Amino acid sequence: MTSIITRRRFNFGAGAAAATLPLIGGQALAQAPLGVGFIYVGPVGDHGWTWTHDQGRKALEKEFGDKIKTSFIENVAEGPDAARAIRQLAQAGNRIIFTTSFGFMNPTIQVAKQFPKIHFEHATGYQRAENVATYNARFYEGRAVIGTIAGHMSKTGQAGYIASFPIPEVVMGINAFTLAARKVNPNFKTKVIWASTWYDPAKEADAAKALIDQGADMITQHTDSAAALQAAEQRGVFAFGQASDMKAFAPKAHLSAIVDDWSGYYIKRVKEVMDGSWKSGDVWGGIKDGFVKLAPYNDAVTPAARAAADEVQKGIVAGTLHPFSGELKDLKGEVRVKAGEKASDEMLSKMDWYVDGVQA
Amino acid sequence: MTSAILISILMTLVAASTPILLAALGELVVEKAGVLNLGVEGMMLTGAVAGFAVAYSSGSTTLGLIAALAAGVATAMIFAVLTLSLTANQVATGLALTIFGIGASSLIGAGFVGRTITRLGPVFPEALAGHPLLRAVFGHDIVVYLSLALVLAVSLFLRKTRPGLVLRAVGENDASAHAIGYPVIAIRYGAIAFGGALAGLGGAYFSLALTPMWADRLTAGRGWIALALVVFAAWRPGRLLLGAYLFGAVMTLELQAKAAGITWLAPELLAMAPYLATIAVLTMMSLGRKTGRLDAPACLGKPFSAS
Repeated sequence: MTSIITRRRFNFGAGAAAATLPLIGGQALAQAPLGVGFIYVGPVGDHGWTWTHDQGRKALEKEFGDKIKTSFIENVAEGPDAARAIRQLAQAGNRIIFTTSFGFMNPTIQVAKQFPKIHFEHATGYQRAENVATYNARFYEGRAVIGTIAGHMSKTGQAGYIASFPIPEVVMGINAFTLAARKVNPNFKTKVIWASTWYDPAKEADAAKALIDQGADMITQHTDSAAALQAAEQRGVFAFGQASDMKAFAPKAHLSAIVDDWSGYYIKRVKEVMDGSWKSGDVWGGIKDGFVKLAPYNDAVTPAARAAADEVQKGIVAGTLHPFSGELKDLKGEVRVKAGEKASDEMLSKMDWYVDGVQA
Repeated sequence: MTSAILISILMTLVAASTPILLAALGELVVEKAGVLNLGVEGMMLTGAVAGFAVAYSSGSTTLGLIAALAAGVATAMIFAVLTLSLTANQVATGLALTIFGIGASSLIGAGFVGRTITRLGPVFPEALAGHPLLRAVFGHDIVVYLSLALVLAVSLFLRKTRPGLVLRAVGENDASAHAIGYPVIAIRYGAIAFGGALAGLGGAYFSLALTPMWADRLTAGRGWIALALVVFAAWRPGRLLLGAYLFGAVMTLELQAKAAGITWLAPELLAMAPYLATIAVLTMMSLGRKTGRLDAPACLGKPFSAS
């Protein structure tokens, strides 16, 4: 409902005019700071997805100081209208532009065609071009770690999972979490509530309460606020943070969190633009690459759960453990991944089926 | 389903309904005075951020609630000055107020993201609310009881008191009320202030009780639901109470149905349910009447100038 009144704050930082100066002549180009633009789907104050990208932007400023000039537009609605915001950043003289949500895919490709000299980076998408690269994080690896903890710590053997929309990204998270929990407790069940929104704190909290009412004693979510953790804290069950460390909201309930860290990738790519070695491509980084991190475990995490979670993390980093190792069957009993095989990235990026134990 | 779950669902339902009820009740009084303020969402957000900021800084949720009232009134006054004193278009000004509220609350709240406070607790001692059944009656926080008392108070005010009848007269026929000698503009200022106070309080219910934190656009569109509720209730406080709780029930049961594993209903369909209910009720109301004007105050949304 609020999407019709989308606020657009265009933040150039200090000296807005400076960003347009490099267009004037070659001489200015040599010394002028490199423009780096960001398009955000939510507010930087969501303390979730957009916040983590903005942390990446801040890391860039810290790393490069005066050599770059960052700017961002937040609360950009997904879809055709995003093209206007992306074009705005392109015309402002930015050399590299990060568009940080799946729904910016087509607008990014469209604008990139008009600005062949500008580098575009689209998060979580699959369409690329000469000047458009894609990048994403293997969040499912983090889901496998917290699923392991949930399997160890749950007394009722039921987790409540507050999910946004049934897109492959979310579905693979639910599956990875459930598979890991069922390795510990073969009867483990994950109950999913589709909130049909990425962000509605009161609804996320009420969804958590409904799941707790129905017997879940582990709450996790694929929505953007910390409200579900607060509900878990209030009801005395455990929960996991999403996108950033959310311990402050639920000191007792917060067992760990999947933390997104984009700063390493952003620094690397901006450096490549500076030395001219930037190339289009697709990067899907996981725990090993520092894209996905786990927040420090709560003291309540039992030694057994802690050891098991560390084991999973080590296995993933070493490449000896894949969260989607066969044999995997969907809810109809059809074999999707054969024994001894692993799900391919191609399969993961199109995942639209659930493993045993998921009630979605 | 055990009784403990039923009570728990009831508690969630009441909590989900309360902020919508408050904001809608304030707007009902505003509209009864002949003014349409579409800025409810904006006033809720400034109330929510002010409430959280003060509660966080002072450590007192009571002070937070008072600050939310004040912030709601202050935001409403912008609207009042523009539409009453400067006779600006009410619809456009109200929409602008919402956009302003979203931006202002985000600006003020920037320093409070990621902080948390102690949740607004039940008003009665734990001992009284020990039994689940007693908890359903005595287990709520002060704002819940206040909202119910306010429904009664507003209902009595509008029907039984002289100032209440004058307010309605201003909303039904401002020119006549003015001719008799009632201060139309002053009364409307008062009504808008009351609406702002309740919207602010409703907003603070999010940041202090439901989800004790500040995040941008925390109320996520509930102000629009409140606006729809006023029409839904045909400008009657009793029916407004019913409507708010019906809305709360649909929102809560939707989630409970999903958690219970009722999968034959598409989640998208369940998400639509509250809005479908609104359309259905509005349609039924229109069908039941010959005039089709749904009892709206006759001067609703029309500018008034005393000259």
